[in-house]
Amino acid sequence: MNALHAPRRLVLWIALALLGVIPVAAAAGQPVTLLNASYDPTREFYEQFNAAFAADWKRRTGDTIVVNQSHGGSGKQARAIIDGLEADVATLGLGFDVDALAVQGHLIPAGWQKRLPYNSTPYTSTVVFLVRAGNPKHIHDWGDLVKPGVAVITPNPKTSGGARWNYLAAWAWAKSQPGGTDARAEAFVKTLYRNVPVLDSGARGATMTFVERGIGDVLLAWENEALLAVRELGAGKFQIVMPSQSILAEPPVTIVDRVVDKRGTRAVAEAYLRYLYTPAGQALAARHYFRPRDEAVGARYAGQFPQVKLVTIDQAFGGWRAAQATHFADGGSFDRIYGVR
Amino acid sequence: MSVAAHLPRPARGLGRGFLVALALGYLALFLLLPFGVVFAQALSRGLATYLHALTEPMARSAISLTLTVAAIAVPLNLVFGVVAAWTVTKYDFRGKSALITLIDLPFAVSPVISGLIYVLLFGAHGWFGEWLAAHDVKVIFAVPGIVLATVFVTFPFVARELIPVMQAQGRDEEETALSLGATGWQTFRRVTLPNIRWGLLYGVLLCNARAMGEFGAVSVVSGHIRGLTNTMPLHVEILYNEYNATAAFAVASLLAMLAIVTLAARAALEARAPELKRTGRTTGGHE
Repeated sequence: MNALHAPRRLVLWIALALLGVIPVAAAAGQPVTLLNASYDPTREFYEQFNAAFAADWKRRTGDTIVVNQSHGGSGKQARAIIDGLEADVATLGLGFDVDALAVQGHLIPAGWQKRLPYNSTPYTSTVVFLVRAGNPKHIHDWGDLVKPGVAVITPNPKTSGGARWNYLAAWAWAKSQPGGTDARAEAFVKTLYRNVPVLDSGARGATMTFVERGIGDVLLAWENEALLAVRELGAGKFQIVMPSQSILAEPPVTIVDRVVDKRGTRAVAEAYLRYLYTPAGQALAARHYFRPRDEAVGARYAGQFPQVKLVTIDQAFGGWRAAQATHFADGGSFDRIYGVR
Repeated sequence: MSVAAHLPRPARGLGRGFLVALALGYLALFLLLPFGVVFAQALSRGLATYLHALTEPMARSAISLTLTVAAIAVPLNLVFGVVAAWTVTKYDFRGKSALITLIDLPFAVSPVISGLIYVLLFGAHGWFGEWLAAHDVKVIFAVPGIVLATVFVTFPFVARELIPVMQAQGRDEEETALSLGATGWQTFRRVTLPNIRWGLLYGVLLCNARAMGEFGAVSVVSGHIRGLTNTMPLHVEILYNEYNATAAFAVASLLAMLAIVTLAARAALEARAPELKRTGRTTGGHE
């Protein structure tokens, strides 16, 4: 090998680089695509829903549609869309994160939540406890979480929608106890977070911390996330505990107007979200452990969703705008609790 | 092999045996064991599952994206690395030491920050965001952003490998060539390049390994769209998070094999070019 080979190798490298670019550029001219930016625990559900929708769309219009997925903590995904992630639809964990698209990003109109039925939440969920098999620490209700020696796993409310539902559910329970006040609830939640050894950025990360890394005695989880973990990892290892009271978690969906208008995908994006409300879409949601809105579908899956007293964020906190300002904004109750830990 | 014969007396005997055992034990515990686990997990459900995990569409797209990104980032850094090393070692100018320090900047900055820099520059609300949106150019959450972040993170590898080699060689040979009437390009091709080729190749290898393996910076700018902006390291994370540990480790085993190839190539290079070991190791303060 002599020195003259080196420049030729350089030319080869550059040629390879150009070859690499061509398929990427060519991929841009393919059939209509949608991007659904969603939160963590919906991965498996949307994977199947996307295929079902694509088949339905093909049957009705003859057009091929490819729906791409992106998942992460709900707040993180909202941030990415505001920073320019071109998502045609956003299906996030919490109303506030979608509202950020309107308030901070000016990507959707302020009245977005009135555009689809049920406040734009086609399915709901709630917060449950996932404990290790046999429930060795005897965790049955919220009060058990603050006992000394109980390690609680829950993600970071600043970045995760699920974590905020967990936080609010704990607060609502403490306030509903005899003699409960906001001050007492804050003291309760503060004690609870002292038992939290690690804050993951999203719900799925927290689940992995609990089930794969084996940290903690109880995981505060979306009901669907907990049911999925039990199904994936075997019922013998974990069990679900339903507390005496929980919160009705409403993860909303919206099209991102600025993106669909720019990409010319408004019609198909709207059809995609409406398909969530059809019996087929509702059944898929229920099969992935989301509580469906459709009563007929709900009746068929009633067995997997135990009846429990669920408070709503509107009753208990005056809506999520107020809840966000009081609890999760900078200087809110979470900062007071976690800052002075 | 008579290494022991050259060692001073206190290094022999019992103490020596203990130190060697300690070093090997440490190596086994922190390097070989995890390495073995990757392959054991990847193959735990049989070869068919393993191959399926590597050939399903999402994995194929992640692999091809990673190859594409490396195929763009490595040649760019090859050219810039040679130019930077040449400039720094063959010329004297004000601010030279500042330039050498700047070349190292990507090593000093956390990869997450490297990614965020590009979000702040090219994001929808970044400095160039409006202009890019108006001209329908996608940088962040698309392939160009991933390439940019990778180029930034891998920038120092080639330059860092070449600077000590070039410094050790000095300028005499180049000056002789120039005084004998060679053009600048001839001098570079016939005099400089033969002297630096092994260092250059090694720098390219390291640069390539990092370009394919980078996680942090790429994670920030990727947008995590499966089949579009998912590189191999990001794909590993997604699979793991989806209770699919076998597939995650299958893809991870490819990255591990890349590391083995890099190390083997390095050993081969050092065998062929002893000067690399001598000069490249003395001042090359990377990793």
